Amino acid sequence: MFRRINEKIIESCIKLSGLLVIIFVFLIFLFLLKDSISLFGQYPIGQFLFGRNWLPISEPPKFGIVPLLLGSIYVTIGAIVICVPFGVAAAMFIAEVAPGYLKHVLKSLIEILASIPSVVLGFIGIVWLGPFLRNTFGLKTGMCGLTGSLLLAFMALPTIISICEDALVGVPRTYKEAAFGLGATHWQTLWRIILPAASSGIIAAVMLGIGRVIGETMVVMMVTGNAPVIPKSILEPLRTLTATIAGEMGETVGGSEHYFALFAVGVVLFIITFMINLVADVCMRRAKK
Amino acid sequence: MAVKIPHNMSTGLKIVLTLLVMFLVVGCAEQVDPNEPVGFIQIKGSDTIVNAAQKVAEEFMKEYPHIFVAITGGGSGVGTASLINKTCDVATASREMKAKEIEMANKRGVYPKEFIVAHDGVAVIVNNNNPISKLTIEDLHNIYTGKVTNWKALGGKDLHIVTLSREVSSGTHIYFKEEVVQLGPKDNSEEFSTGTLLLTSSQAIVEEVVANEAAIGYLGMGYLCDRCKPVLVAKGGEFYPPDVENVLKKTYPLSRPLYFYTNGEPQGINRLFMDFTLSPKGQMQFRETGFVPTRLGESLSKSGLPRREVPSRSRIGTVIVQKN
Repeated sequence: MFRRINEKIIESCIKLSGLLVIIFVFLIFLFLLKDSISLFGQYPIGQFLFGRNWLPISEPPKFGIVPLLLGSIYVTIGAIVICVPFGVAAAMFIAEVAPGYLKHVLKSLIEILASIPSVVLGFIGIVWLGPFLRNTFGLKTGMCGLTGSLLLAFMALPTIISICEDALVGVPRTYKEAAFGLGATHWQTLWRIILPAASSGIIAAVMLGIGRVIGETMVVMMVTGNAPVIPKSILEPLRTLTATIAGEMGETVGGSEHYFALFAVGVVLFIITFMINLVADVCMRRAKK
Repeated sequence: MAVKIPHNMSTGLKIVLTLLVMFLVVGCAEQVDPNEPVGFIQIKGSDTIVNAAQKVAEEFMKEYPHIFVAITGGGSGVGTASLINKTCDVATASREMKAKEIEMANKRGVYPKEFIVAHDGVAVIVNNNNPISKLTIEDLHNIYTGKVTNWKALGGKDLHIVTLSREVSSGTHIYFKEEVVQLGPKDNSEEFSTGTLLLTSSQAIVEEVVANEAAIGYLGMGYLCDRCKPVLVAKGGEFYPPDVENVLKKTYPLSRPLYFYTNGEPQGINRLFMDFTLSPKGQMQFRETGFVPTRLGESLSKSGLPRREVPSRSRIGTVIVQKN
């Protein structure tokens, strides 16, 4: 009797925490939405979404997020182009090629890579990577999109490698055996059989990597120069959505137009990451089947 | 008063009880003299003053060991916003509070009271290898609005100028915008050229100028060091360096006061802190961190501003304007 009551209580506690997570996500979204809708009472939504100038403290202020959105997209694309080939190759090596002891060493090193605080990477970017890129490419300044992309690629690597590796290991053994049986080499098997079989998992890894990169704040705020300009190339300074919120939130007075504008930027960011996670989730599910 | 401990009490509980008793005893021993001021002061605001304010606070805490003072930077805008949002006791700022901010504060029942605590020169810095050593305000205006984009045009090397600025939350950003970018008539609404890099701290500006031969940046003179060089600046006349003497005489064109704001007349420990800040010992800390101390007894009254109440002559002899 006592045991059954006990079990009931524990069960409902667990159910409650599960429900709470859903409620929290929902409330956060509502909270963001409520404050950003207040902006559009004072500032037309068209000018917010398609405005080409972000001048929050001018008279009158301009809150056009095109430069910020493009900044985020440039940095993210740059980071993904750099880290996906590396990440997938590293995962292939760890999953299929590396001998046992090396596998363990690599896996733990990748975990260490994941635990480097982003401020430390940002600092390395300011002091070393930025000046290095400026000298190498003859740029105006090392504080540019590429510096941010490289550091972000570095940050996304652990996510991509470990999820990819899981996907590759999860490919049924029989596929490999069948391929070998038909006389395929190790490389042919890996490239033509295992990789396509794990493709959904790899796409999920890439999407989660994108989510990690687009939401990252500290590094980009420190190294990309934060100029709210519509970037012509990744070798120019740019400003991302996240850096804008972090850089300006402290000075806004609750209830001002600028404050609401930052919330609206937050909603845009939330929607982007939500979509990315959704796609990643769908891919993951497909990979499991 | 004996506490009777039952025999069947578990060891864990005993330990907890013992610790509790120990804390109580220690607490008794630590009890402060009821006349001694105790408390916590939160200071937020200008990055320019953060080091100086930290030194003032450290000296202050030596004198009043039971008051804890916490200081955060972030920019003058951060300080002003926190004063209005009531999340700090003293806001520091390298610019005056804007009329719009005061209005917003009053709406929330906050009546900012202004204290000028020191003076500062905004230094313009370039790389040590840059041959340029002096610039007029007009030159700076042209550089920062993007009308001049190459050092060659100013007699320097053939390099594209990289303009560095602080984030919009910085008081120095706003000061520089008003004095240099929007030079000339009051209704000049020019902006920083869009290619201007907005860096998050004064230290980041120093690092980029040190590393980049084509960079130019500005910051409070408290941040000057030998790794980069300040240029001499002229406004219609002679060129002056940003040093204590020229800021005090106001011959250096980019000089400005630094402010502390409290909500209304400071009371209790906040009053103690403000008195200490403006005392010779407090002012000394500003001197040591590279700023120019304000003269004691200097009148800060400004006419034309309505006063909420007749300002009483405060103990430090400074007449303070109550903005309303």
